[in-house]
Amino acid sequence: MTTNNNKIHTLSVYVSNRPGVLARIAQVFARRGFNIESLVVSPGKDGKFSRMTIGVSGNPDMLQQIVKQVGKLIDVLSCIEHPETDAVVRELALVKILCGPERRTEALQLVDHFNCKTVDLTDKSMVIMSTGASEKVNAFLDMVRTFDVVELVRTGKVLMARGDRAT
Amino acid sequence: MTQQNTQSMEGAQALVKCLERQGVEYIFGLPGGSAIPMYDALITTGTKIKLILTRHEQGASHMADGYARATGKPGVVLVTSGPAATNTITGIMTAQMDSVPMVVITGQTISSMIGKDAFQEADVFGISMPVVKHSYLIKDTNDIPRVVKEAFHIASTGRPGPVVIDIPKDISAGPFTGALDPVMDLPGYRPDPKLDPERVKEISQALAKSRRPVILAGHGVLISKAAPQLQRLAETLNAPVTTTMLGKGAIPETHPLSLGMLGMHGTAYANKAVVECDLIMSIGSRFDDRIIGQADRFCRDAVRIHIDIDETEINKMINVHHHCIGDAREVIEEMLKHVGPLDTDDWLQRIAQFKKRYPLRYGKQGGLKAQQVLDELYKMTEGKAIITTDVGQHQMWAAQFLKTVRPDDFISSGGAGTMGYGFPAAIGAQVGRPEEAVWAIVGDGGFQMTLCELATACVQKLPVKVLVINNHYLGMVRQWQELFYDDRESGVDLENNPDFAKLAASYPGARGFTIKRAADIRKILKRAMEYNDGPCVINAECEKTENVFPMIPAGRPIEDMLIERPRQKMEKPTGST
Ligand SMILES: Cc1ncc(C[n+]2csc(CCOP(=O)(O)OP(=O)(O)O)c2C)c(N)n1
Ligand SMILES: [Mg+2]
Repeated sequence: MTTNNNKIHTLSVYVSNRPGVLARIAQVFARRGFNIESLVVSPGKDGKFSRMTIGVSGNPDMLQQIVKQVGKLIDVLSCIEHPETDAVVRELALVKILCGPERRTEALQLVDHFNCKTVDLTDKSMVIMSTGASEKVNAFLDMVRTFDVVELVRTGKVLMARGDRAT
Repeated sequence: MTQQNTQSMEGAQALVKCLERQGVEYIFGLPGGSAIPMYDALITTGTKIKLILTRHEQGASHMADGYARATGKPGVVLVTSGPAATNTITGIMTAQMDSVPMVVITGQTISSMIGKDAFQEADVFGISMPVVKHSYLIKDTNDIPRVVKEAFHIASTGRPGPVVIDIPKDISAGPFTGALDPVMDLPGYRPDPKLDPERVKEISQALAKSRRPVILAGHGVLISKAAPQLQRLAETLNAPVTTTMLGKGAIPETHPLSLGMLGMHGTAYANKAVVECDLIMSIGSRFDDRIIGQADRFCRDAVRIHIDIDETEINKMINVHHHCIGDAREVIEEMLKHVGPLDTDDWLQRIAQFKKRYPLRYGKQGGLKAQQVLDELYKMTEGKAIITTDVGQHQMWAAQFLKTVRPDDFISSGGAGTMGYGFPAAIGAQVGRPEEAVWAIVGDGGFQMTLCELATACVQKLPVKVLVINNHYLGMVRQWQELFYDDRESGVDLENNPDFAKLAASYPGARGFTIKRAADIRKILKRAMEYNDGPCVINAECEKTENVFPMIPAGRPIEDMLIERPRQKMEKPTGST
C-alpha cells in the first residue's frame, strides 16, 4: 500500500543510556524501509536514561509493528506514538539570511510578527530563531524565503504528553 | 557481594568464574591472538569447563546451537577477533531466526586500537547487531560479571536468542577488582509478560464453538517445555495437532491426534485439515511464510488465534481474532481450566479419511530412495534418537519420514535454512546428551560446507552418525529448476563429490559406510549403529532426480498443494525464496 507514506509519525522513546542504542533503533526503521525525518536525543530526568523523539515516515500499516519492535529492544524502556492532539509538540529553527541595512526593517517586522528572535546580526546577515509548534515554524520559514536564506537548522520535534500521562 | 578470590585476578579469569556460575559445562571455539588471555584462563583457573576445539568458527556456533536445542541450556562460543568473529555470524543468525539461546564471546583488539583498523579488528558489535537478541562491547574489566550475567539471562529468558559479548584483549588481560556476583541492570527488559486470564477465557469460548479446530504447535511449545500440557489440551478438546518443522515433538507424531508437519512440504492431511478447519490456534509459532503460503488466503474463513510470548509476532503475518501474550505452558495450563471436549467426531473422521487417502508415499522403482532409507532408519530407532538435519530435500524427507516422538529430538535450521548446520549441530547435541543416539541427516552439498568437523568429533570420540543423502546435486534447487524453470539446471550439479565413506575413514577414529541398494539399508545402518567409538559417515547413493512432495509453491495458498509432480509447466513462484 502506498497510502500516506509521507505522513510523519512522532515517536517518543525512553532508553537506557548505553552505547549502540541509537544504532539498534535506527536499524529497526531502516530494515523496514522507514525514513527518519527528525531525531532529538537528550538526557532524561535521570542521567542513566535518554529521551529520543523521532519523526519517521513510511508504510503506516507497518508502524504498529515497528513501534512494538523498538519497544522490544533490550535497552528500550518504552516506545509510544503520540497523536499530536494528546501532546505538546515544539521545535526550534535557526535560519541565516543575507540581509543588509536596506531590508533590515522588513526582516525585523517578520521576526516580530512570528514572535521570533534575532540571535545574531551583522551588516550583511542575520540569524533568526523561531520556536513553537511545527506549523508555526513552517509558516515563518515560508515567509522568510523572500530573503536570501543561506542556512537553515531545525531541531526536529520534541514532544511531551499532556496532563499527568507519561510521554 | 562476594569479594573472595578476586585478588590478583585477570579479567579473563573472572570471565571463566562467571561462566562457571552460569553452569556452563562446555565451550565451543578456536583461539587466536585477541582470545589468548581467555583461553589461558581456561587453564590457569583450573576450571572444569571443557573446551571443544572446533576446526572452524561457524562449526563452533552451530555446535553451541545444537547443544542448546538438545538441552535447553545456552550454548557458549569462544573465538578470537576479526575473521574468527565474522565466521560465527552465520551461526548467530541461524540461532536468532530459530530463537536459540547462545552466548558468543569474541576477542577484540585492544581498546586503544579500536577504530584504527588494527590487525584482525572487526566491528563485531556493529556487524552482529541485526542478528542478535542483544550484544555488548566491554569497556571496563570490572563490568565482566554484570555483562555475563545479563547475557545469559537475556539469551535464555522470554523468547530466547543469541547474545554477543565482544571483549578487547586489554580488558580480558587487565586486572579485575570487582565483584563476581553483581546485580543486573536491565530496566528495559521484560521477559515474562503477565498472563491475562480474560484473554484465555475469551479464547476458550471461541474454542467451545468450534467443530473443526486445528492446533498449530511451534517451537515455543518446546522452548517452554509444554509438550505434556499440549498433549493434555489436545486430548481434552479432541482436537488434532499439526506442528511446524521446529515444533516437531511438541506432540508425539505417533499420537492419533497428530497430523505431522504442515506447510510447504508438510503432510497432505495436515494441509488439507488447515484448509477445511473452522478454527486455527497457533501456540508458539510465528506463522512463518513456509507455513501460511499466501498470507491473505490463509484460513480466511476460520477463527484465527495466536498465542505467543513475543508481542511483536501478533498480527505480523496474518491478522488474528484472538491472541494472548504469554509463555506457552502457562497459557495452556490456564486454558485447561476452561475447556472441555468439543464435538469433533465428524471432523476427526474426515481427517482419518485424509490420512488414508493422502499418506506420505514414494515410488519404489528406480534407484535407492532417500525416503526409504529414512523410513527404515525410523523403524530401526523407533524414533528414539536425536535427529539433526542440514538444509535441502533430505531435510524435508527427514521431517516427513522420521517421526518425532519426544521433545527436543528434531533439530534443524528452520528460519535461516543454513546449509552446513546439520553436522556440527549433531556434534553439539551429542555433547549435551551423550547417552542418546544422534543422527545427522545431511545432503552431499551441505555436508561439504562443514565436514571439517569430523576431526572435532573424532577427537571427542563422539559417536555421531552422519547419513549423507547423496544425490550428487544441490537437490532442492534442482527441484525448483525442474518444476518452475523448464528443467534448466544452473549451478546445481555436484560433480566430483569425494567418496564420503573413504573420506571419513581417513580421519583416525571415524568409519565410513556406503549404501547403494535398498536391500542393504538395514544391514549397513545396523553396522553404523554398532560403531560407537567415534563418528561414522554413511554415504547413501540415492536416486539423483527424486523430488519432494507434497509441495506448496512459495507464496501460493495451501489449496494449491501439489501431491505429486504436475504434468503441465508451473509458473515461477512469487513467494519468498
Ligand atoms: C548456506 C546456504 N547456501 C545456499 C543455500 C540454498 N540452498 C537451499 S537447499 C540447497 C541444496 C542443498 O543441497 P544438498 O545439501 O545436496 O541437499 P539436497 O537438497 O540435495 O538434499 C541450496 C543450495 C542455503 N540454504 N544455504
Ligand atoms: Mg544433494
